[in-house]
Amino acid sequence: MSRVKTLQVLFKRYRRPGDIVFAWVLLAVSLFLLSQIFDQTAYKAGKKLFAQPRFWPAVSLSLMTGFAAFHLLGSLLSERIEGRWREVWLWISSLEYAGWFIGYAMLVPLTGYLSTTLAFAVLLVLRAGYRSRTAVLSAVASAFVIVLLFKTFLQVKLPAGKIYDALPDGLRQIMLNYF
Amino acid sequence: MEDLIAGAAMLARLDVIIALLVGSIGGVIIGAIPGVGPAVAIAILLPATFSLDPIVGLTMLLGIYGSSMYGGAIPAVLINTPGTAVNALTSYDGYPMTQRGEAHRAVSLAYSASFWGGMFGILCLILLSPVLALIAPMFGSREIFLAALLGIILVVLAHRGQIMAAGMLAMFGIFLQTIGLDAVTYTQRYTFEMSFLTSGINLIVVVLGLFALSQAFFLLTAPDESPEAKPVQGKMTAGIKELMKHKRVATVASGFGVILGMIPGTGEFTAQFMSYTYAQKTSKNPELFGKGSPEGLVASEAANNAVPAAAMIPLLALGIPGEALTAMMLSVFYVHNVIPGPQLFQNNLDLVYGLYIALILLNIIVMVFLLFSTNMLTKIIRIPTRFLGVMILILSFVGVYSLRNSLTDVMLSAGFGVLGLILKRLNLPIVPIILGMVLGGIMEVKLRSALPRLKTPFDMIDRPIAFILFVMILLVIALHIRTLIKEYRTHQPDEDHKLHDSQMR
Repeated sequence: MSRVKTLQVLFKRYRRPGDIVFAWVLLAVSLFLLSQIFDQTAYKAGKKLFAQPRFWPAVSLSLMTGFAAFHLLGSLLSERIEGRWREVWLWISSLEYAGWFIGYAMLVPLTGYLSTTLAFAVLLVLRAGYRSRTAVLSAVASAFVIVLLFKTFLQVKLPAGKIYDALPDGLRQIMLNYF
Repeated sequence: MEDLIAGAAMLARLDVIIALLVGSIGGVIIGAIPGVGPAVAIAILLPATFSLDPIVGLTMLLGIYGSSMYGGAIPAVLINTPGTAVNALTSYDGYPMTQRGEAHRAVSLAYSASFWGGMFGILCLILLSPVLALIAPMFGSREIFLAALLGIILVVLAHRGQIMAAGMLAMFGIFLQTIGLDAVTYTQRYTFEMSFLTSGINLIVVVLGLFALSQAFFLLTAPDESPEAKPVQGKMTAGIKELMKHKRVATVASGFGVILGMIPGTGEFTAQFMSYTYAQKTSKNPELFGKGSPEGLVASEAANNAVPAAAMIPLLALGIPGEALTAMMLSVFYVHNVIPGPQLFQNNLDLVYGLYIALILLNIIVMVFLLFSTNMLTKIIRIPTRFLGVMILILSFVGVYSLRNSLTDVMLSAGFGVLGLILKRLNLPIVPIILGMVLGGIMEVKLRSALPRLKTPFDMIDRPIAFILFVMILLVIALHIRTLIKEYRTHQPDEDHKLHDSQMR
């Protein structure tokens, strides 16, 4: 009995709510990927084992599955911590911000880097719960500085907005090149 | 000597000097803001540096890497929140000193100890260079493969109490780098017939997602906070005099920093922990540790600042990064067609010396900057966390999108951002994924190129360095098993620490 107990203690570790959900998901993902090894990788006849294109995916996924199983075992043997689903909900709610980020990236080629960044900064600051004029103005100022730094000075490769085509000749050139 | 002069000449350019200034001062500011670590900043700036000269881009990133820990000490001392994860132990003694009304003494001592550690690290790097230049050419494919394998094993085993999770994530990293078209056999690997996966998953996209975007999501989904730091009164040079009383602790701690910085996977946190324990064991007042001991503060700051220079050793000499930040720097080298490794010391010694000089200069710039600007930095610390999250999100876009204007990259990095958020919330490490990707790639390439020379498996270890590395691998595993058995016998497993290296970076 004491031996079993010690083994349990050995696998216990500091953990946070939701750990077991993550452990199950990772094990499922590893098993799924491993099950695809024959479909998704090739075996070249006449080549040495270590040079096979299948070798490294097979090694990494087998070990990943093994580690994931032990990680899950560790989670199963540890005490349950309250707040598991609240934590999982927080992970899911972060997808909203991922959506904002992707939306921002989709809009830049259409509405231009400067205007999209300014609008995005203000909207996101409001979404984050700030209502003060200082917060909004700081967001506008910071967004402007970011655009100036990366696009105007560092000339980082970012597409020009389609919206700029509607601008008068001189201004269009400036906006296309620097904003 | 010629190379040294050529290296200095490389830095004597306006753009390099500006990059050095921006990098080192920017690094201090970034380090001082809790919630933004050097990894976030480097991840964002990485693609922007691709269009710059290698020396310009590298000095800027090196500046951020080397100086962030100086800044990280400020919130650790003043508000008990480490600016970067590696300043965690600084808060143990720094904050009690602040509570006693000795904030000025603590901050100036932290700067001086950081400077000591930083310079010690560079000195070791310079002194070791001739040895490295001698040893590095002895590293062929087999040796580099074994060194990378040792790196992976160390990264996993260094995460005590989280070994299963670290192993799982490191293997996930190795798997990620195999996705796409195999460069030798031209066969598809895990592309699921999706064309965007054919070219593989870009390391920078993963880095940006896991470090920068995850941090933005983390801050935006957590309650808003605005840390309050009070201004510090007094001369900042006072710490230098006091440091002289703790020369021994500072030097030994820097030594720990150098040794552990060179070993992949261990880095600042372990160095800090070991030197703190050493300082406490050899102190005349061990009871003061954790209650405001200047020695504890010196030990922790000197150790973590000695690491960046030492971490450059395996990167420059062998092309093997020991942690996430050097892994990011490796991609800058690759982009500019400068391949770190044995040939670097033979073909680009001027660049190596240029980097050394840049490291010395950045420590001096940071020290001078901090002597005058601590109170300005205490204001920056007060930026509300959610506002910071919004800014990181906007900046991350520049990083991801400027790579190749790909919306797919944006979506992938957003996905990795969510994964990073989950890992951060669960207190699980992120670094093994990145190192798995980098070291996995190195292992695959090197094993393939070593194959034609291998008739039997023993040929793998028939050269002296390869044999030593093999013995080290066995030793590391054996030592780990021994520790596990000891823990099992004493029935007292090592409690996992809450403070984890990957957190808040």
